[in-house]
Amino acid sequence: MTALPRTVLRGVALAGAATLALTACGGGSADDGGTAGEPVDTGSVLEDGGELLVWAWEPTLEQVVEDFEAEYPNVDVELANVGTGNDAYTALQNAIAAGSGVPDVAQVEYYALPQFAIAESLADLGGLGASELDGTFTPGPWASVQQGDGIYGLPMDSGPMALFYNEEVFTQHGVAVPTTWDEYVEAGRALHAADPEVYITSDSGDAGFTTSMIWQAGGKPYTVDGTDVTIDFTDEGSARFAEMWQQMVDEELVSPVAGWSDEWYQGLGNGTIASLIIGAWMPANLESGVEAAAGKWRVAPMPQWEAGGSDTAENGGSALSVTAASEQQELAYAFIEYANAGDGVQTRIDGGAFPATVAELESEEFLGKEFPYFGGQKVNEVLAQSAQGVVEGWQYLPFQVYANSIFNDTVGQAYVSDITLAEGLADWQEASVAYGNEQGFTVSD
Amino acid sequence: MAQAVVVAVPPTSGSGRTRRRSWTGWGFVGPFMAVFGLVFLAPIAYSLYLSLFRQQLVGGNAFVGLENFQRALGDPNLWEGFFRVALFLAVQVPIMLGIALLVALALDGGRLYGTAFFRISIFLPYAVPAVVATLMWGFMYGTRFGLVGNINDAFGIAMPDPLSSELVLASIGNIVTWEFVGYNMLIFYSALRVIPASLYEAAEIDGAGQWRVITAIKLPAIRGALVIATIFSIIGSFQLFSEPVILQQLAPNAISTDYTPNLYAYSLSFSGQQYNYSATVAIIMGLLTMLVAYLVQLRGMRKEA
Repeated sequence: MTALPRTVLRGVALAGAATLALTACGGGSADDGGTAGEPVDTGSVLEDGGELLVWAWEPTLEQVVEDFEAEYPNVDVELANVGTGNDAYTALQNAIAAGSGVPDVAQVEYYALPQFAIAESLADLGGLGASELDGTFTPGPWASVQQGDGIYGLPMDSGPMALFYNEEVFTQHGVAVPTTWDEYVEAGRALHAADPEVYITSDSGDAGFTTSMIWQAGGKPYTVDGTDVTIDFTDEGSARFAEMWQQMVDEELVSPVAGWSDEWYQGLGNGTIASLIIGAWMPANLESGVEAAAGKWRVAPMPQWEAGGSDTAENGGSALSVTAASEQQELAYAFIEYANAGDGVQTRIDGGAFPATVAELESEEFLGKEFPYFGGQKVNEVLAQSAQGVVEGWQYLPFQVYANSIFNDTVGQAYVSDITLAEGLADWQEASVAYGNEQGFTVSD
Repeated sequence: MAQAVVVAVPPTSGSGRTRRRSWTGWGFVGPFMAVFGLVFLAPIAYSLYLSLFRQQLVGGNAFVGLENFQRALGDPNLWEGFFRVALFLAVQVPIMLGIALLVALALDGGRLYGTAFFRISIFLPYAVPAVVATLMWGFMYGTRFGLVGNINDAFGIAMPDPLSSELVLASIGNIVTWEFVGYNMLIFYSALRVIPASLYEAAEIDGAGQWRVITAIKLPAIRGALVIATIFSIIGSFQLFSEPVILQQLAPNAISTDYTPNLYAYSLSFSGQQYNYSATVAIIMGLLTMLVAYLVQLRGMRKEA
């Protein structure tokens, strides 16, 4: 997930590199030419078998791989965790640059996917059968894996946003759960006035949160057409978000605790951070990281810009992609289809993942599941509803990984100095434009 | 070792023996040269090679000559970081070495009870890895649940946030001082221990007081150690990396991705895939560090003469 702490796990990367040697001799049985345009005959490819190297950090995949190997004994899948998020991309980028040891399948977050698609590091799965999966996945994630005419991955999980809140704190101070952003600002004021220790949420500048909020507000700051890129943070949606959030920052209604830090977890546990606007993958994190508040948290739909609306955005989530360098793209595709659109989906839901497939999101069993941590609330009903409302047309930069890394150098300054969020966004835009042009894109404001 | 080999073989007139002698020498230094070349020279050569190219996400790899160096010399991000570590060097290193010297003199003075205990406890922080030390201090710096927060609560005061933009450099200085006072103290202390006792006896006969002994005997005698410790500290300051990179997670807005030159090189390479420019930054910083360390050494030597 985007939001996991970016600890430098170079040891993990090294361990990953060591596993490369093992797979270098993996024999390929599928021919990679001449089949483009024909869907994979999954059965025969799986029958012939072979060896696959998968780089992913998503924990529920372990069980999927075990089941897959049991069902197709001729296929040998090696699952390697080469790091989370940025560390994994660094390892992948290095392997691709070196031209050896590239995995057949890699986990790539939606925001990072364009970067690899543009560089032609990922295989277009359209011809392998992915084009027939239209309608299988929810619109947000499905749009996220498409670049131009190509499909560069199958959505694995998704993060439609919702308002996670500590009901006890809201009730105690007599504050209603906000349904619009105006109400949200008011609720922030009311909570902080009732108890100066309590903040409605925490934010010290998070690129993933900010872009998702702009996404929900209808902003489209990034327009990407091949290598022609436009970055414009002065559009209506971006301005709307910046103006609203500026009030929160100016009036010190958001706790300045950095996300995923020790203080953050403590704040979520003791009620001083009363709510989070975050992706649907959060329940598992709350259950494991904030045991102190078990039974107190609830989930509500994301606050709206217009009363009665149902607009949401994606926050985090990732896909499994087949690499362009893989010599067994058909077999690799057969695996990711199993994991993300086949039997693997239920396995992963049982492990706590939030799926991106329509069928599972609509199933009674999934929707009806009661979460003891959330006081027995049927959390998935709210989250699945959110998945339906994701605003269409959002694009990430083909160099979003880098852009996000300099977010705190620019927009982050609005949280600690006199500059406003709008000015910070302008600085971010400027730095991103400069980097994009340096990297050979044609970037304009 | 190489010297010993040459001495061991007496010079003779036979040409065959000369050849064998030279091979013997290479046999001894060979393993060293191989490792030295592989892990020391090769990376430097590769960095130099990298710094002459530019790889783009779109457009591939191209030879650009010295363009990267030209860009680096005019890159405000790099120089801002450079002056930040220079300021750090100018303030933190004298404080750290001053404390280390005081402690070493106190331990050497022989009037302290439990010398061994103090010596080991002051040295102990050096045994804690920098990453762990920074994590530990990071918790203590917390104004909500950390030590700073506890002190604020206990005394009803509001200390400034050690991780704010204004104070974070000083907070890093505090961590580094805590880590390295013991190490420098040990260098000074061991230099003090080898001063011959006869000098002290002579000073006593001449009626010199403790202060006079320190200024006239001890300090001149350990000048070499002072110069060495200073050079190590200069190198350490210019390479400042672990402490800011760990604290960055707690204070992402106070510590930018180009906070120190090393952090900048790291970000360029690992987030920005600008390996070539990153290599250039690293080379420039290496040269600058060598230059400053060399100047300090020259000055130290001249005094000694």
